[in-house]
Amino acid sequence: MDKVFPSVEEAVKDIPDGATVGFTGFFTCGNPVYLTRALAKQGSKNLTIVVMQLGVGNDEINLLLENGQVKKAICNYPFYRSFSRQSLFEQLMKAGKVECELFPMGTFAEKLRAAGAGIPAFYTPTGAGTLLAEGKEARTFNGRECLMETALPLDYGLVHAWKADRMGNVVFRKTARNYNPDVAKAARITIVEAENVVEPGELDPDLIHLPSVYVTRVVKVDRPKINVTIEKS
Amino acid sequence: MVKKLEGVARELIALRIANEIPDGSYANLGIGIPTLVSNWIEGRDVVLEAEVGMLNTGPLAFDEAIDQDLINASCQPVTELPGCSYFSSSESFAMIRGGRMDYAVLGALQVAENGDYAGWNVPSANRGKLGNVGGSMDLAVGARNLFIAMEHYTTSGEPKILKRCTYPITARGVVKKIFTNLAVIDVTPEGLVLREVAAGLTAENVQSVTEAKLIISKDLKEMAL
Repeated sequence: MDKVFPSVEEAVKDIPDGATVGFTGFFTCGNPVYLTRALAKQGSKNLTIVVMQLGVGNDEINLLLENGQVKKAICNYPFYRSFSRQSLFEQLMKAGKVECELFPMGTFAEKLRAAGAGIPAFYTPTGAGTLLAEGKEARTFNGRECLMETALPLDYGLVHAWKADRMGNVVFRKTARNYNPDVAKAARITIVEAENVVEPGELDPDLIHLPSVYVTRVVKVDRPKINVTIEKS
Repeated sequence: MVKKLEGVARELIALRIANEIPDGSYANLGIGIPTLVSNWIEGRDVVLEAEVGMLNTGPLAFDEAIDQDLINASCQPVTELPGCSYFSSSESFAMIRGGRMDYAVLGALQVAENGDYAGWNVPSANRGKLGNVGGSMDLAVGARNLFIAMEHYTTSGEPKILKRCTYPITARGVVKKIFTNLAVIDVTPEGLVLREVAAGLTAENVQSVTEAKLIISKDLKEMAL
């Protein structure tokens, strides 16, 4: 099996209008920067994007917003920290041009994990009794109120890896792992941009972070140059 | 507002909290004063977790030590300590929700006498029912001991320790202890117990800037720094 695609453009070519697309990355770390730029160029519209943060330390997501490609964002960190500064997303949201669905970070990650594991819903104590509980089924387990949260399956998952083999076995690097395994497993079609692409057998099978079954496409990219630190946010 | 009460510096609030976290603990530190706790924990046998997916996070990295693939949950470049490990976001929150964090130290906008706290949504920011919730709600319900680190009252003199939170809460009934520039307060089923006051202050001083009624501990002490 050889899942390598010749370019990021080819790898994202078939993402249709209206797709639900998951993006990895925690602020500046582990974002699929090349695939996201390619999706901005490709231009599909009406996307539901699933991503931790909007505009904070993630310029590529802003490209999609600037292009008007986003209908809705599902996230856990939509704004700049400062109240006086509005991200592009916040401006679009307040103008009614994009919707936002917010989940606590752990619930967000678990919704992806559940989708990947074939679990349609789960109960969590996180968020019980808060604004984020509105409209959700609440149930008490062992004396503790919990909320029912549903799985978050993705049509496409865009992933950034350190190393991948041609079959799609993947290794991440340090904290750039973050949402990568969860997004990869939640997606029907998982596209991995990898800084290094090697032959099957070259990665130590005992040290694979994401087994090949979760990966649909692999594309070689350069190591991105990233300025760590969120500019005054 | 009564006369301004200075109390101790933010760094010393952090020191006071570090003294409360025993060796052998796993802990998660939030943004703001909680981050400063790490300066006092350096070299101790306490493992810090970062929501991004790391255990045994080391001190901040500078210059050529900066690695773009190695950040903490505040997006600051950090270093590795021996025995550190990396994992996915769902794993990170499994250990948080699953009760593996002995301590979480978080900032707050308001804390109530029933242990509720508010820290993610400021109504004046005009963001409706949205805000940067991040991992705060998960940490609040998951940590075995939730400590709040904050200034005792707002810059405009409004109390932050209240009978009931007026801002949208992060979680109900979860706060164990409150550490401020003026005092150390335990949250108990009977109410808020004032345990320690900053040097030069009295229990009355602290009560004067606290909306909730404080129960004065029989062995009220000066803040243990």
